[in-house]
Amino acid sequence: MNRSHRTRTLAVAAVAVATLVAAGCGSSGSGGSGATASAPGITKTQILIGSHQPLTGPAAPGYSEIAPASNAYFQYVNAHGGIYGRKIKYTYLDDAYDPSKTASVVRQLVLQDNVYAIFDGLGTPTHLAVVKYLNSSKVPDVFVASGCDCWDNPMTYPETFGWQLDYIREGKILGQYVKQHFAGKKVGYFLQDDEFGMDGAKGLNYELPHSQVVSQQTYVPTNVNIGPAVAALKASGAQVVVSFSIPAFTALLKLAALKIGWNPTFVVSDVGSDPITLAGLLEAFAKKGGATVSGNQLTQGIITDGYLPTLGEAGNSWIALFKKVHDQYDAKAPFDGNVLYGEAVAYTFVQAMLKAGKNPTRADLTKAIAAGLPQGPAVAPYDYSASDHGGMTGAFIGIIKNGVIVQQGPVLTTDTTPTGPVTPYSGTQAPAPSSGMP
Amino acid sequence: MTLLRHLAAAIVAGAVIWAASVQLNAFRDFQIAEIAVYVVAIAGLSVLIGLSGQISLGNGAFMAVGAYAAALLMLHLNWPVWAVFPASAAVTAVAGGVVGLAAARLSGPYLAGATLLLAVALPSLALQFPGVFGGDQGLSLTVTAPASLGATFPVTRWQAWVCSVAALITLVVLANLTRSRVGRNWRAIRDDPVAAALTGLNVARLRVLAFVVSATCAGLAGAMLAYTTTLVSPGSFTLSLSIALLTGAVLGGLGTLAGALWGALVIVLVPTYVTDVATSHGLSSGVAANIPIAAYGVVLVVVMLLFPDGIQGGLRRLAGPLIPANLTRLALPDRHPTAGDQQDGLPSPDRRQPVGEHQEEGTT
Repeated sequence: MNRSHRTRTLAVAAVAVATLVAAGCGSSGSGGSGATASAPGITKTQILIGSHQPLTGPAAPGYSEIAPASNAYFQYVNAHGGIYGRKIKYTYLDDAYDPSKTASVVRQLVLQDNVYAIFDGLGTPTHLAVVKYLNSSKVPDVFVASGCDCWDNPMTYPETFGWQLDYIREGKILGQYVKQHFAGKKVGYFLQDDEFGMDGAKGLNYELPHSQVVSQQTYVPTNVNIGPAVAALKASGAQVVVSFSIPAFTALLKLAALKIGWNPTFVVSDVGSDPITLAGLLEAFAKKGGATVSGNQLTQGIITDGYLPTLGEAGNSWIALFKKVHDQYDAKAPFDGNVLYGEAVAYTFVQAMLKAGKNPTRADLTKAIAAGLPQGPAVAPYDYSASDHGGMTGAFIGIIKNGVIVQQGPVLTTDTTPTGPVTPYSGTQAPAPSSGMP
Repeated sequence: MTLLRHLAAAIVAGAVIWAASVQLNAFRDFQIAEIAVYVVAIAGLSVLIGLSGQISLGNGAFMAVGAYAAALLMLHLNWPVWAVFPASAAVTAVAGGVVGLAAARLSGPYLAGATLLLAVALPSLALQFPGVFGGDQGLSLTVTAPASLGATFPVTRWQAWVCSVAALITLVVLANLTRSRVGRNWRAIRDDPVAAALTGLNVARLRVLAFVVSATCAGLAGAMLAYTTTLVSPGSFTLSLSIALLTGAVLGGLGTLAGALWGALVIVLVPTYVTDVATSHGLSSGVAANIPIAAYGVVLVVVMLLFPDGIQGGLRRLAGPLIPANLTRLALPDRHPTAGDQQDGLPSPDRRQPVGEHQEEGTT
């Protein structure tokens, strides 16, 4: 017994040591040292930033293009002098849209890789898994890739900044358009059953008279059987359907309506309306069901909104710049809305870093953003201030024609309150700098 | 004596983990906590499959039960962690009992199907009742290290300690349980339920008990996961989690507790390590992102080809001629003298081997 006791104990100890050795592999790597380091992640030659992105898994189609597009713009900046001579190194790790994995990869970035900031972390449920952690660790958490207005909470989350137009403002802008152009028509909602859909509905309801809304249907992204919801919308007599849906479900909605011979006017939030992504999905889904459709024909006439210049506007200086960067550094990806998003948010980050100064601390970055940022590629100004960490304030209404979004009327701005008016933006967007650098 | 032996082993392992956690950086501490989570979850599943002969594809859902129970207790009642863990495990034990009652009548693919249903359906309950469970966003927790450890004490080290202690206690309990009469009875109903019933064993009750034990481990692991990641949301408990647990159990070696450790190490460390290598070699992101998944597959294929009994079985086979038999039987239940190592991996088709081969190993 005695001998057996000892050998067993030894064996367990051996296993535990093996764990430790395995866990210790590569633990020596830590960046951000040297005399010029003003903050973790910043060396004499480099600024290291990190992100969590759905590179695999259900959210990967489309969204996995965003981080490489951001990286393409950073490479462009690096090739044009960098940020006060430092090159940006962008490490984005796959979280497969799983919040537990997000928690793990973000800790890896912060604790092991010593990133200066987390940039453009993608997704509402995923980023919520780390927002408290990043704020308690005082790591700048800038330009979250989600329109949840939860990021705009400077009291609780001083390190966190949103970027894209939030879903409440978007709902108000779309709601006002529907109210003005479809007065008296019956309206149905098709909403993703989470913060995205609910915030969108909140904004819509601020603008649309209650009596006009005849049905509200929801879906969960894990269940593609939306037939009953679409049938209920049709049965309610809705003539206009406003949809806060991701691209896959916008396509499913359109096809399900087609199948039951129903053809209402579709109004779709920016998130779910990129014509290139949509057309591809429509054709793929129809093919699975044994039918052949023309994606561009089916997206024709969809009403949406946009907070960046539209891809169809070839003469726009921003589109020209981002197309140039795309062709040079990210040519394998299609030049679609996701790529535009990734490059535009990277541009905003470079703006913020240049403003943060030559040897910035982490606090310098958040201070620089809170002091306000120039508009850049966004069609409406940002509302960044000490008390507002939201981001963009407006968008234009667009209609999809022949696979491109065509802007209708002026850019509209608003706030997130129930009574704040939706008004045309009087300023004009400055063209992209010819150097391509902010 | 057995209990003392296991306790001593756990204390040694605990000391080693403590030393490691102090030496390693804060992210490695976080990984220690993650490994502890998966060790508990996989050990529970491994006992279920390897000893009682049942299968579950729903242990990810039981982890969700435990995680939500822990989150609700911490958020609404402010319970301390030492009370939250057992309570969450107890809640999940009840859920496991309910499912186990139904499952005891099923076996093989039918049982797999029924538990699969659980894995798919249960997490979406959180979406149905957003008021209680926070919907898609889940419930967010705040975890801090005790103030007595000092203001600069890394919280991940604290999480590593808490989770390691919970994991070691679980392993000691499981090691004793599997060596007890209950464990022997499980092996009896696994090997031949009819014969076991004839000797007077209540097969259905033993199956339910195994299910409850497995669910309890999963629930505890869920609570530990909640404590480690500080967020509980439906996106964390998808079907792929249940599959990952099963993969870990098979990779490590079914029915062995040491195998649970190997399985957890593979699940937690392989993706991180491979991602580091893939990105440092400048692969395009589309390729680099999928390499961990490919590597995982390669590891799985290689291990299954080389060691059909999992890593632990393979190690035992490799080490067999070199060291005394009692060492290679680490954390394995005591067996009949003629029983070969193969018999602990239940689904292995060669369970009924010629007796001679057994004796060879038994007399080493």
